[in-house]
Amino acid sequence: MAKADSIISISGVTKRFGPVTAVDDISFDISRGEFFSLLGSSGCGKTTLLRMLAGFEQPTEGEIFIDSEPMAGVPANHRPTNMVFQSYAIFPHLNVGENIGYGLRNAAISKDEAGKRVSDALELVKLSGYGGRAAHQLSGGQRQRVALARALVCRPKVLLLDEPLGALDKNLREEMQIELRALQRTVGITFVFVTHDQEEALTLSDRIAVMSKGRVLQIDAPEALYENPNCREVAEFIGTMNVFSGRIAASAKGATTIDARALGKLQARGTSRKGDYAFLAVRPEKLKLMTKKPAASMNAIAGVVSAISYRGDRHHFLVTAEGHDRPISVSQQNDSDTKSTPMNVGAKVWITWPATTGRVLSH
Amino acid sequence: MTSPKPRRQWPDWLAGYALLSPALLVMAATLAAPVIALFVLSFWSQTGFDIDRSFTLANYWKLIEPSSEPMVWMGIPFPFAYPVAAILMLKSLVMSLVATVVVIAMAYPMAYFLAFRVTRHKALWIILLTIPFWTSYLLRVFAWKIVLGYNGAINTGLKSLGIIEAPLEFLLYNPIAVMITLAHAWIAFTVLPIYVSLEKIDRSLLEAATDLGDSRWQRFWRVTLPLSAPGTIAAALLVFIPTVGDYVTPTLVGGPGGTMIGTLMQELFLRQDNAPLGAALAIVMMAIIAGIVALFLWAVGYSKMRERSR
Amino acid sequence: MLGKPSALFIYAIAFMIFLYGPVMLMPVFSLNDSTFATFPLKGFTTRHYASMLANTSMILSLKNSLVVGVIVSVTATAIGLPAAIALTRYRLPGGGPVLSAMMLPLVIPSIVIAVALLVIVLRFLHMNLSLWTVGAGHILLCIPFSMTVLMSRLEGFDKSLEEASRDLGENAWMTFVRVTLPLAAPGVISSLLLCFIISFDEFVVAFFLTGTENTLPVYLFSQLRFPNKLPGTLALGSAILLGSAILVVAADLLRKLGVQSAKPGDL
Repeated sequence: MAKADSIISISGVTKRFGPVTAVDDISFDISRGEFFSLLGSSGCGKTTLLRMLAGFEQPTEGEIFIDSEPMAGVPANHRPTNMVFQSYAIFPHLNVGENIGYGLRNAAISKDEAGKRVSDALELVKLSGYGGRAAHQLSGGQRQRVALARALVCRPKVLLLDEPLGALDKNLREEMQIELRALQRTVGITFVFVTHDQEEALTLSDRIAVMSKGRVLQIDAPEALYENPNCREVAEFIGTMNVFSGRIAASAKGATTIDARALGKLQARGTSRKGDYAFLAVRPEKLKLMTKKPAASMNAIAGVVSAISYRGDRHHFLVTAEGHDRPISVSQQNDSDTKSTPMNVGAKVWITWPATTGRVLSH
Repeated sequence: MTSPKPRRQWPDWLAGYALLSPALLVMAATLAAPVIALFVLSFWSQTGFDIDRSFTLANYWKLIEPSSEPMVWMGIPFPFAYPVAAILMLKSLVMSLVATVVVIAMAYPMAYFLAFRVTRHKALWIILLTIPFWTSYLLRVFAWKIVLGYNGAINTGLKSLGIIEAPLEFLLYNPIAVMITLAHAWIAFTVLPIYVSLEKIDRSLLEAATDLGDSRWQRFWRVTLPLSAPGTIAAALLVFIPTVGDYVTPTLVGGPGGTMIGTLMQELFLRQDNAPLGAALAIVMMAIIAGIVALFLWAVGYSKMRERSR
Repeated sequence: MLGKPSALFIYAIAFMIFLYGPVMLMPVFSLNDSTFATFPLKGFTTRHYASMLANTSMILSLKNSLVVGVIVSVTATAIGLPAAIALTRYRLPGGGPVLSAMMLPLVIPSIVIAVALLVIVLRFLHMNLSLWTVGAGHILLCIPFSMTVLMSRLEGFDKSLEEASRDLGENAWMTFVRVTLPLAAPGVISSLLLCFIISFDEFVVAFFLTGTENTLPVYLFSQLRFPNKLPGTLALGSAILLGSAILVVAADLLRKLGVQSAKPGDL
């Protein structure tokens, strides 16, 4: 069942709390040494799944294997995983060194060895010399590092991280993202990282599982997830996405034409059955605004600019089109040296994009 | 890490109830079983020194047996053959109710002061209000005997100041003395719960009310009071329920006129040796209190009130 | 509080005088050189305290109360702690009703508890009344208080601290020893102290359930009827008030040690 190179294998796992199904029949594998993220909005089941890996919850159905060992009935203290808690859970009655050394008491190692491991761990998270500090003297960022060191010092096969950056402010969070990624490369341990922040997941991960309502919608590398979402929900969760709906007019060899009614016929990548109801998804930065009707080979929608916002590196336009109830987002790079946007609110424009940049989604 | 050792884990609820079991056993042995025993005893009867274990409703009947010659107390006719139980029951309820109202009326401003006005030394105020809560109930009641007695602090104080000639005899041994004493003895129980319910109120709600045009009084009536009502009602019940059956206060400061239902119960159990009748009286008292409390909570819509102010 | 004191402040001071005034008369009269608790005060004396200490039946009942108080507080806390852990840390079906049931002794008039225990001990179990029956009643009365103090302490710190300990390899018992107990310690100590005070001061249940041996409040009650014993009673009462006040303050200070609990007034 488990592949040779997978460290975690989740097979048909369901978790119910009374009438609520928190995790609904999930199966996937995580490879050795991977930085793997569980991404989703709150209540999607990502934390429950992480807690099942840690051993704090037992699956109602299905099985979890860690390093090919079945985990059913194995309590948290006997699992080869360690966790960085969302609240960090730094023991307030112990100092930094005692916190980090907490898990070593049960490891069959000498006191000297334990002391060395603690100081190595402090160095790893750039807190050398902080061993004697009391827990309440630490800043938020330092608490996070202590929590990391405390988990890593036990040399787990898998490190579980439950939104560890959520409590930090924006600048510190970005700094810690870079450090966390570097740390993971250094120690080479598999990280399973839970987050609701899609930018964070895209920045850090080798692969991301997007979750919603207890199910996994898509598992892919960040770039694939962004460029080739497999459904409307993933497309709209990650970044901004314009979605047009209609019936498939023609589809062959990975090129499809959708009849989007008032918007006309639109072309996109992907294959679908003729006559089916489907969506065309295209990112704002793939769209161009023109004042004249473009060549017939391009997709084109006529509309009126309803809002313009300046974002420094780019301009962001909202365009309303007859027959489409949501405004269309268009993002244009500020790459010319002059103020070159002739578009004003109220201007009549054409939105245009090549057939290859849009994607057909069946659901 | 040690290698994984699968082992049977107790399900959460089983482990939880295992931890609860000592407490539940003690509750069963010292509360549930005795109350059941009391209930059973109330259907037996006392014959001399022995208990007749055949089922009878005689004890309950005795409490409500009608009589053609009603006994009149405070202008109210009690048409019972054994009117003392009904009279004391009503009297206890009324006295407790008055004491409870007095307690809440006095405690609420104090709790309000503590929650909204005290900025410095709050811990000191709280501990000063906490100490009487935990000091001997017996002594707090007895203190009023010293205050109100024939040769008590008020009488001798006023006499030595030349304000009165002879001691005032009406101070002690009457229902008023009982109610004052009850109010004093229980007030410490109410300030802190009311304070907690006031403290929990989000201050921005009060600012919002002011911002929307409320005066301070309007704001109090429309925001503060409704939001603190559940805690205040809970505090009132914590006073009312136990005081109905109080024994210490009527015995020490009540005199013949200030007796309550607890006095009668003590007599039935310890002096007249009619435990079955006493048991019936205790059961009826608990039923009446529970009925009144349930009716009151239903009338004020307590459960909805709690939901709202959560 | 600058300038004119507010009406509420004046009220608060008056409230405190009402709360403490009557009780404070006891130590005042106990140090007064007179056999009556009357004004005007005569002169200062400690002889009432000396005679109180020479009273062997008082000393005996004091000893009884101390023994019962210690046993009750240790037992109530020892059964309260696992129960509080169960109700705060486990997903328990029926946890809410169980907790409500444990709070019942708060809202049952203590005379009912007393007579119910009296009935089962004398009429059903045919046992003799003793300090043990008093202790059993007191444990019941202490459970709601012990539970409240311990649960608020356990809720005061993050549940994931215990999960972190499990995650780092400790079993349930060692997690209790290394994390839960040290963090709950202030609550445990204040539960011990408060349960001791409750038992030490309790009168009604002790009055109904004691056999031939008296607890201190029962002894005190028997003395209240005799006017000629008043000065000694006042001295004893004052000593009890002082002792309780010291214990309450100690419990409060201990409760605030270590991790600060955010909830005020939840003694």
